Amino acid sequence: MPKKRRIESEKYLQTIWRRFCRHRLALFSFAILGVIVAAALLAPVIAPYDPNDIVGSFSKAPGGKFLLGTDQIGRDVLSRLLYATRISLLVGVLATAISTAIGVILGLVSGYFGGIIDMVIMRFTDMVMSFPYILLVLVAAAIFKPGLWNIILILGFVDWPGIARLVRGNVLSLRETNFIKGNIVAGMSKRHILFSEILPNTIAPILVYATSVVALSMLDEAALSFLGMGVQPPTASLGNMLNGAQSLTVLTSKPWLWIPAGSLIVILVISISFIGDALRDAVDPTSKNNKAVI
Amino acid sequence: MIKYIIKRILIAVPVLIGITIIDYAVMCLAGSPLAMLQGPRISEAAVEAKSIALGLDQPIYIQYFVWLKQLLHGNLGYSIKNYQSVSEMITTHLGPTLLLMGVSLIVSLAIAVPAGIFSATHQYSKRDYTVVTLSFIGTSVPGFFLSLLLIYVFTVKLGWLPSSGMTSLGTGGGFTDVAKHMVMPVIVLATSMAGTNIRYIRSAVLEILQQDYLRTARSKGIGSFKVINKHALRNALISIVTVIGMEIPVLFGGAVIIEQVFSWPGLGLMTMSAIINRDYPVIMGVCLLSAIVVLLANLITDLLYAVVDPTIQYK
Repeated sequence: MPKKRRIESEKYLQTIWRRFCRHRLALFSFAILGVIVAAALLAPVIAPYDPNDIVGSFSKAPGGKFLLGTDQIGRDVLSRLLYATRISLLVGVLATAISTAIGVILGLVSGYFGGIIDMVIMRFTDMVMSFPYILLVLVAAAIFKPGLWNIILILGFVDWPGIARLVRGNVLSLRETNFIKGNIVAGMSKRHILFSEILPNTIAPILVYATSVVALSMLDEAALSFLGMGVQPPTASLGNMLNGAQSLTVLTSKPWLWIPAGSLIVILVISISFIGDALRDAVDPTSKNNKAVI
Repeated sequence: MIKYIIKRILIAVPVLIGITIIDYAVMCLAGSPLAMLQGPRISEAAVEAKSIALGLDQPIYIQYFVWLKQLLHGNLGYSIKNYQSVSEMITTHLGPTLLLMGVSLIVSLAIAVPAGIFSATHQYSKRDYTVVTLSFIGTSVPGFFLSLLLIYVFTVKLGWLPSSGMTSLGTGGGFTDVAKHMVMPVIVLATSMAGTNIRYIRSAVLEILQQDYLRTARSKGIGSFKVINKHALRNALISIVTVIGMEIPVLFGGAVIIEQVFSWPGLGLMTMSAIINRDYPVIMGVCLLSAIVVLLANLITDLLYAVVDPTIQYK
C-alpha cells in the first residue's frame, strides 16, 4: 500500500496541503487568487497602456482598442485595473505584516510575563478595540495626509488587537504545558523560550488569522479610497476607481468605470476568505468551532 | 450582581479617560483646525485672535483639562464650524442613526438565526454549503459597492426607491416615506452583518447538537422540531446575545460609510463632515459617545449572559 505509507511519512506542510485540498472551493479560490496575483505582478508586462497616460477619447465604451473602455479623462481602464490590483494587494499584505508583528510581540509579552505588564497591555488593547474601527481609521486618515504609505501604516497600527489577544491566549495555555515547564526548569533564557519554543507553536493560528486580516485590510483600503481619504489619484487603487461612481452620470451610463473594479474587490476578498477558512480547518482539524465546511 | 456592575463601570472609567487622551493626542498631531480658515481674505491677526478666543493657543495638556472640566459639567463644547453645541448636534442626529441601526440589526438576526440553525441541522449537505457560501459572499461584498449596485438597480433602472435622504423633499415624511428611504441602507447593513452571524450561529448550534442532553432528548423520542426549537435554540441564545454585542461597534462604524453613500441624516454623516472640516469638538464628542456605547454594549452582553444562562453567576 504505497499510498498509506506516504501519508505516514509526510511532512507537516504536506499534511496541511492534503487537508487543504479537500476543500474544493478553497482550491478553486487559490487558483483564481494565483491568476489575479500573477496578473497584478506582471502588470508592467501585460498592461496594454501606461495606467496614467491619456491614450484615448474620454469615457469610451469597452471594445476595440480598449478592452474595458477608457475613464473620464481618457486613460485605459484595463491597465489601471491591473495596477490598482497591485496597490490593493500591497496595502493588504503590508498592513497585515505590520499589525501581525505588533500583535505577536504584544501578545507574547502580555501572555508570558502576566501581572501588571499584562494588565496594561490588555487595557490598551481594550481601548483600541472600543473605538468603532472605521471611525478610528477615518479620523487617522483625515489627520495624516492621505496617501498610499500612510494608509498602510494606519491600517497596520489599527488591526493588531485581534492578533494580540489570540497570541496571548495561546501563550497562556502553552505556558502550562510540560515542555515549556521543562524549558524553564532547564534554565533556558526567556528569549529562547518565547521565540524558539512558544512562537513556533502558535504560528499556525496566527497565519490563519492573518489571512482574514489581509481581506479586511483590502476592504478598508477600498472603503477609504472610495471616500477619497485613501490612496490618492493619479495612483489607481480598486477603491478610488469606484470613487467616480459617486457621480450620477458615471453610475447610470458608464458602468464599465465601476463594475469591474468593484467585482474584482469582491472576488479577491471572497477567495482570500475561503482560503483562510480552509487553512483554519487544515491547520487544526480538531478545532471545535468547525467553521470550515467547504 | 449590583456589585459586579459597579466594578465593571469602575474599570470602564480609566479606559474611557485613556480613549479621550489618545483622541486628543492624535488630533493635536494634525494641527490647528483654523488652518482651514486661513486665506487671502482673512488676516493672520484675525486667525490668532480667533485661536485665543477658542483657547487653541494654550499647551495641549491644558486644552485637554479644560475640555475634561467642561465635560464633567455636562458640556461637550461647541462646534468650531457652526457654533452649535455638540451635545445638541449629537441628539438631533442620533435618532436617524439609531433607527437605521436598530432595523438593520433586527433584519440581520431575522435572516441569520433561521439560516444558521438550518445550516447546522443540515451539516455537510448541499444546502448547508449554499448557505455558508452565501454568508461568505455577504461579508466579502464591500458595503459601498453593494450600495452602488442597489442604487443602480432600484433607483436608476427601476425607479422604485429613493436613493438619498430620509424623507422626500416637500413632504412631511410619514411612515411609508421613511420606510422607502430605509430599504436600501438596511439591506446593505444587514447583508454584511448576517454574513458573519450565520457562520457564528451555525457553529454554536453545531456544538450544542453534539451535547449529551440533546442526544437524551432525541432518544426520548421527542420530535426533531421540538428538540431543535426548544432544547437547542434556548441554549443557542447565549451565542446570539454574543453576536448582538459584537455587532454594535461594527454597526456604529459601518453606518458612517453607508450614511455617507445614502445621505442618511445621522451621526455618520455628521461625523464625516466634522472629520473633513477638522471640527475637533464634534469629533471628540462622537468618539466619546461611541466608546461609551461600545463599553455599555459589552457590559449589557455580559449581564444578558446571566439572564439567558442561569448557571452563569457574577461576583
